[in-house]
Amino acid sequence: MSWLYNSLNSSIGKKIIMAVTGVCLVLFLIIHLIGNLTLYGGFNAFNGYVRTLELVKPVIRVVEVVLGLIFIFHIFNGVRLWIENKNARPENYTVKGIRKNTTLFSRTMIQTGSIVFIFLVLHLSTFWVAFNFSGEPEHKPYQYYSIIMDWFKNPFYAGFYVIAVILLGFHLNHGFQSAFQTFGWNHKKYFPFIQKLGTVYALIMAIGFASIPIYFYFNGGN
Amino acid sequence: MSGNINVLLKIWHQKNANTKGGFVDYKVNVSPDSSFLEMLDEINNDLERKGEDPIVFESDCREGICGTCGLVINGEPHGPLRKIATCQLHMRNFKDGETIWVEPFRAKAFPVIKDLMVDRTALDKILQAGGYVSVNTGGVPDANAIPISKDLSSEAFDAAACIGCGACVASCKNASAMLFVSAKVSQLALLPQGHPERSKRVQAMVMVMDELGFGSCTNTYACEAECPKGISITNIARLNREFFNAKFKSSVLEY
Ligand code: HEM
Ligand code: SF4
Repeated sequence: MSWLYNSLNSSIGKKIIMAVTGVCLVLFLIIHLIGNLTLYGGFNAFNGYVRTLELVKPVIRVVEVVLGLIFIFHIFNGVRLWIENKNARPENYTVKGIRKNTTLFSRTMIQTGSIVFIFLVLHLSTFWVAFNFSGEPEHKPYQYYSIIMDWFKNPFYAGFYVIAVILLGFHLNHGFQSAFQTFGWNHKKYFPFIQKLGTVYALIMAIGFASIPIYFYFNGGN
Repeated sequence: MSGNINVLLKIWHQKNANTKGGFVDYKVNVSPDSSFLEMLDEINNDLERKGEDPIVFESDCREGICGTCGLVINGEPHGPLRKIATCQLHMRNFKDGETIWVEPFRAKAFPVIKDLMVDRTALDKILQAGGYVSVNTGGVPDANAIPISKDLSSEAFDAAACIGCGACVASCKNASAMLFVSAKVSQLALLPQGHPERSKRVQAMVMVMDELGFGSCTNTYACEAECPKGISITNIARLNREFFNAKFKSSVLEY
């Protein structure tokens, strides 16, 4: 299997890993957002949704492990590519023409990705840990919803949440079409549509996720 | 002279790859009809008259075909205009009083030889790895023995327009040679003559490209914007497909 190792370690192979893991995360975000939107339905809708997930806990655990691995591969390869690509130009230009021929989104993947990573750690250490390690759900029926309500009352938490998901939108705006290009699916007839679809997707994700902390901060969730 | 413009040139000087370089200022009064390289020629004539070393830069055909000239002007390889080589750039595209920064192509794989001249042998090494078709000697093949549609031959021809100048590497934030390699892989992959060796070709060329210290593509598409021949990034998509097929579908194992 050394051919496989060599293939995935080549420049294009690393890109394929970025694209495959990126697309998995793109799909995961859609499901995650749909789930989050139940928060707008109030206590019962959201708690009902979380309790449904509790019922299929073993499946969720497997999904969590797979997602974790996907994130690790995506981040590890992203950082590795960034370092290697920096090394490919030891001395940079004095005048940076790169601003004239590329988009801001494409130039800042490592920065937006890194902020999303910091957000992810914070996100897991608040919501995920609280949901999984704070006692039996039967005893505290409205607990899930209130955990979220409490955190989003904190302006720093809500503010950082909003900034992070907007930057996630930046990441996705470039990443979506980039993954298609990496897979070799750049067709003259369809690619302009793919690029627009990526922007629409990024906007829906950024606005969708950001709207929730904004709603809870100003509305208190009542 | 009337009609001339005054520009301040900041030109990179560097003894060789192992020394640190820096900018030297030249104030020039130049005709807007002068080409960028003619302006440098004039500066060099002056320098030589004074017994000083001329600015080293490369050029050959001076009609945008050879791919030799390549300067990074105000941060852009081949200057601010699209789809031309440096030799086709004229001073009328600059404003009176403008400051113009001139730097060499910068990439680990392109070490500076002197001043604005860089060593682009790395691109030749990639070609030597597989950018050809092996032809066994024999009779001359009959014309039209292999029918090729006009669309396909045009697409192959568009890829073959690459002059190997390296501006794609110079413009890429990762100093990636993917546009160059994709053009060279595509021109052969699109035609039946290139098919027998396609699996080996793409793997060998990508392997050598990686070894020579070029970066990876992050799909920023700066290369396409700066390429003097307008090579399309759809070629990079084709290169990715060729690579994937060669790695995961073909039985070629040696790379
Ligand atoms: C939910 C979170 C994320 C999603 C949906 C996502 C999605 C994507 C997608 C689709 C791509 C494009 C792949 C390609 O170019 O073919 C990408 C690229 C990239 N991602 Fe992420 N990503 C996420 C999180 C992160 C994190 C946490 C990092 C941490 C550093 C990161 C770093 C990068 C980098 C550096 C690239 C560019 C790689 C390259 O073009 O070579 N991403 N991402
Ligand atoms: S692809 Fe364009 S920029 Fe790159 S070497 Fe060929 S002609 Fe030059």
